[in-house]
Amino acid sequence: MTGVLAPLPVLLPLLGAAGTLLVGRHPAVQRALSVLVLVAVLAVSVVLLLRADAIGATAVSVGGWPVPLGIVLVVDRLSALMLVVASAVALGVLVFAVGQGSADGSEQTPLSVFHPTFLVLVAGVSNAFLAGDLFNLYVGFEILLMASYVLLTLGGTASRIRGGITYVVVSLTSSLVFLAAIGLVYAATGTVNLAQLAVRLGELPAGTQVLLQSMLLVAFCIKAAVFPLSAWLPDSYPTAPAPVTAVFAGLLTKVGVYAIIRTQTLLFPDGALDTVLMGAALATMLIGILGAVAQTDIRRILSFTLVSHIGYMVFGIGLGTTAGLTGAVFYVAHHIAIQTALFLVAGLVERQGGSTAVDRLGGLAKASPLLAVLFFVPAMNLAGIPPFSGFIGKLGLLRAGVAEGSPLAFVLVAGGVVTSLLTLVAVARVWTRAFWRPRTQEPGRDTARAAAVDAGPDTVDGGSSGPDDADPLEALPSRVDDRRSARQAAWARHTQVATAAEPDDGEGLSDDDIHPLPAVMLATTSVLVGLTVGLTVIAGPLYGLASRAAEDLGDRTSYLTAVADATVLR
Amino acid sequence: MTPTIVLPVLIGGLYAAGVYLLLDRSLTRVLLGFLLLGNATNLLLLSTGGPRGLAPILGYAEPEEMSDPLPQALILTAIVITFGISAFLLAMIHRSWRLVHEENVGTDEEDRRVAARSGLDADELDPDDLAPEDRPAGHADSLRPRGGPGTGVPSDDVDLPAASAR
Repeated sequence: MTGVLAPLPVLLPLLGAAGTLLVGRHPAVQRALSVLVLVAVLAVSVVLLLRADAIGATAVSVGGWPVPLGIVLVVDRLSALMLVVASAVALGVLVFAVGQGSADGSEQTPLSVFHPTFLVLVAGVSNAFLAGDLFNLYVGFEILLMASYVLLTLGGTASRIRGGITYVVVSLTSSLVFLAAIGLVYAATGTVNLAQLAVRLGELPAGTQVLLQSMLLVAFCIKAAVFPLSAWLPDSYPTAPAPVTAVFAGLLTKVGVYAIIRTQTLLFPDGALDTVLMGAALATMLIGILGAVAQTDIRRILSFTLVSHIGYMVFGIGLGTTAGLTGAVFYVAHHIAIQTALFLVAGLVERQGGSTAVDRLGGLAKASPLLAVLFFVPAMNLAGIPPFSGFIGKLGLLRAGVAEGSPLAFVLVAGGVVTSLLTLVAVARVWTRAFWRPRTQEPGRDTARAAAVDAGPDTVDGGSSGPDDADPLEALPSRVDDRRSARQAAWARHTQVATAAEPDDGEGLSDDDIHPLPAVMLATTSVLVGLTVGLTVIAGPLYGLASRAAEDLGDRTSYLTAVADATVLR
Repeated sequence: MTPTIVLPVLIGGLYAAGVYLLLDRSLTRVLLGFLLLGNATNLLLLSTGGPRGLAPILGYAEPEEMSDPLPQALILTAIVITFGISAFLLAMIHRSWRLVHEENVGTDEEDRRVAARSGLDADELDPDDLAPEDRPAGHADSLRPRGGPGTGVPSDDVDLPAASAR
């Protein structure tokens, strides 16, 4: 049964993308179709997870070829768990986007490319999770990256193109490194099948092994945004529309983390580069969170905490023990849900307050108590306040670090605690300024129009509020600039529906001008926040599952036998 | 198997040139750099296939004489992906350029004036006898920069869209 089900998380979204392209002129049908597809993917993933947990890893060789030749899809506890969390989050974000689209009146001019691209993204993520050979993993990465390029530059405004270019060039570089690494791996071993590689890589000289491992790790660390390869993320993510940022933050970096876990456990179990990974994890945690503390825009703060908390997962991987891997797997699942929920809340804050710059916000707790709760709960969860799942995940990692007992592990434990504390500082600042302080204390009340303009499509870039962004060109008055701004205003009107995250018009905000939040968006965000709380409730079973997944990873035999016994699907 | 120096040198050269171009601020050069890097990687994949052999078709050659078909399949996939991404990058460069520059086809004032001058063959006129505004566009006097700063040299510099955002 797994044999039939395993290709579906890839196949269904791809077919769905084709279908949504066909019905592009009927937005209602398009929306229904894409939601339906993701519901189906979620259902399939849940079944796969239950079966994988019951009977262990299974593999299927698609295309009618026997194992080393055909394309192998492997479902083990880790990949199935990732599939479930990813498809649940993707479904939530899609419903949020649908709610946002209908609230902004995109009925008349639908942005028909969003739904197919989103489904292709989900297909790429699923393919990367299921891939049983290195080249299929590369293809999965490329599918999701291609879709992410389109989603990130949706609407083609100046700030998105600028952020998008950084993102695309960095992703291209990482893909080329990955492809070159695949070439070298093939030259050294004569195969790209992960299960065969697991056996043959171990027979290579140590130097060759380290070279191949480091090339793969560099490629994956760029994707996972591990310091020092993380600078692209806070630069490009905040410019995209809220749902897009949310799904990117939740899923894309975690695909990189998943790839690191696979490489480290299946291909190179000796842990030759564990020390390097631990050092990178420490730097990622600390530098990421210091960046977050320095920022004044909610989306940028969240982007930096995203980078920072990748460090926790890499810490768990770098420990190399079963306890460490358990913590890492649990933390990945927790962090996908929590980061997506927080970015969706940031989208709601932008609708409610007209901006995501904390200096321009105020009184949100009074204006919308529900929104305040929706921010507060995941924010505390992110910071690791008991009893939330963030606390459980961090505790697991810290205990694993203490159990490992090396001096470096203790340094990382200390770094983890400091990072957790600084995360609390970062989110508490957002809370006290944007939510808690009275609206009258809000500075720049008279520049409310500037605030509204600031939220416009051309300046969604959170950096516009940063002091370091003063531009000398801006001071040069010229007819060109006038024409340019006129063109941009026209373009902004043109793409207002497309970008959809912006307030309806450029008018100033007043106390009685608080936009009511659309029910669908509010409900979706509530469900996702509920999901993060739910992770706390089911933390016991989930931690058990993560622990079994980690044991599989440490053991390797279940993966290898599963691939050896793969069902050939014709 | 006779090792060849040509492929490693070629791959190394392409990588060097590609990285150099990729580090440029001009997006067109970044694209060219990406294409060079892509080709270098494809050559690297090709060189992993070992020594050359006959076409891997059953019945045409014995398995021992065949060249390895897998790297070639990988290269084909990589070429397709590179092609798609190049097209997207081109579209993005074009969009970035349009955000910085005039995107409308403006009225050609010179053409209007020429059309208004009836009765004279333009070729028989000495441009220097004409009033400055009646001279052809290519004439030396009319080569002064029009518009404000920044319009003189077309550029697809990566930073300009951000500058125009405010």
